Amino acid sequence: MTKTTIEAPLPGTFYRAPSPEEPVFKNEGDQVAIGDTVGLIEVMKSFTPVVAEAAGTLVAFHVDNEDAVMAGQPLYDLEA
Amino acid sequence: MADTASFEVVKPGLSTTVQDLGRPGFYHLGLPISGAMDRFSLIAANRLVGNPDGAAGLEAVFLGPVLRFSADATVAVTGATMAPKLDGVEQPGWAAFKVAAGQELSFGTLKAGARIVIAVAGGIDVPEVKGSRSTYALGGLGGFEGRALKAGDVVKIGTPAGPAKLGVAVPEEIRRQAPAGGTVLRAMPGLYWHRITEGSQRSFFEDTWKVAPEADRIGYRFRGGRSLDFVPREQPFGAGSDPSNIVDSCYPYGSIQVPGGTEPIVLHRDAVSGGGYFMVGTVISADMDLIGQLQPHQPVRFEAVDMDQALAARHAEKERLDRLAAFIAG
Repeated sequence: MTKTTIEAPLPGTFYRAPSPEEPVFKNEGDQVAIGDTVGLIEVMKSFTPVVAEAAGTLVAFHVDNEDAVMAGQPLYDLEA
Repeated sequence: MADTASFEVVKPGLSTTVQDLGRPGFYHLGLPISGAMDRFSLIAANRLVGNPDGAAGLEAVFLGPVLRFSADATVAVTGATMAPKLDGVEQPGWAAFKVAAGQELSFGTLKAGARIVIAVAGGIDVPEVKGSRSTYALGGLGGFEGRALKAGDVVKIGTPAGPAKLGVAVPEEIRRQAPAGGTVLRAMPGLYWHRITEGSQRSFFEDTWKVAPEADRIGYRFRGGRSLDFVPREQPFGAGSDPSNIVDSCYPYGSIQVPGGTEPIVLHRDAVSGGGYFMVGTVISADMDLIGQLQPHQPVRFEAVDMDQALAARHAEKERLDRLAAFIAG
């Protein structure tokens, strides 16, 4: 088992769900497949999905919903 | 080289636009100057690949594009720290390198700054509109079909003009360093300075402001400082009822408007040219490029300067260009 930390690809505001009324994309402990959306980052009035480029178990988020993130900031840990 | 040299946009990034040094002369008609947010980086990239300073390049914000070249080309990437890659192999930033026909140019993740500039020897060959190839996306004008690039676009490259400066990176001391921690933006208090109280005149320059996530080419919005208090007055005819309203006026490039007295917005390359919001002052021209390299949430402080200091700062920027010219020639 190796643990990798996935970083924010761009700065902005991090969201864990597609909208406030909908369930989160992923919970801690969930399986993540390549291409899965893990969250959204809003910047310059547009939303960019954070798409998994590696598969594994999402063991921990480093940021909360609606947190401000900088490019390169740790978003979540993946175990594979 | 084929006369139809081009590259195809495989992935466009977040917002990648064609920009040159802009379209001055039409602001009084409501047409903004547009052009690169970081002009120094565009000039540096152009000089590295042997282009004239005003050749059109690409400006990409936060996320780099993926481009596939149809012909051999020479490319330089400047501005933000975001490693260029050729078929996955990392290339130096702030240096010209060769791209072979069929190769893919992509980028690593953003490490510092906000915007990269990609120059290609020969420049980006899109039609000039009002003397410029810059994209004004809000007006659907200039650049590539008046918009940011999309996947599948095929963008033509012009004929290279001069020799490139291959393989040697611009020294760190000549580059504009992407701001890491706190950035100071120098500003001159403006015509409407008397509209805020002495306490607000102090707090504006004392407080630390943070770049808001919606900051873009039109304006950079800041949050986190104390609200400005206005000197009471009976609003003149033609001004709105909010104390931050004025009788409609021209908005200079770099002017800092503060709607409602709460969140300063520095108007940038694609800004509107006039309106009815009070302006606290104007960021000096020497610091405007720096704004284009600010990421959301970065802390910023404004510093009051006078005209002599502003002109000295402009002169220092010109000297940086002279050092760049000496490096390219050397």
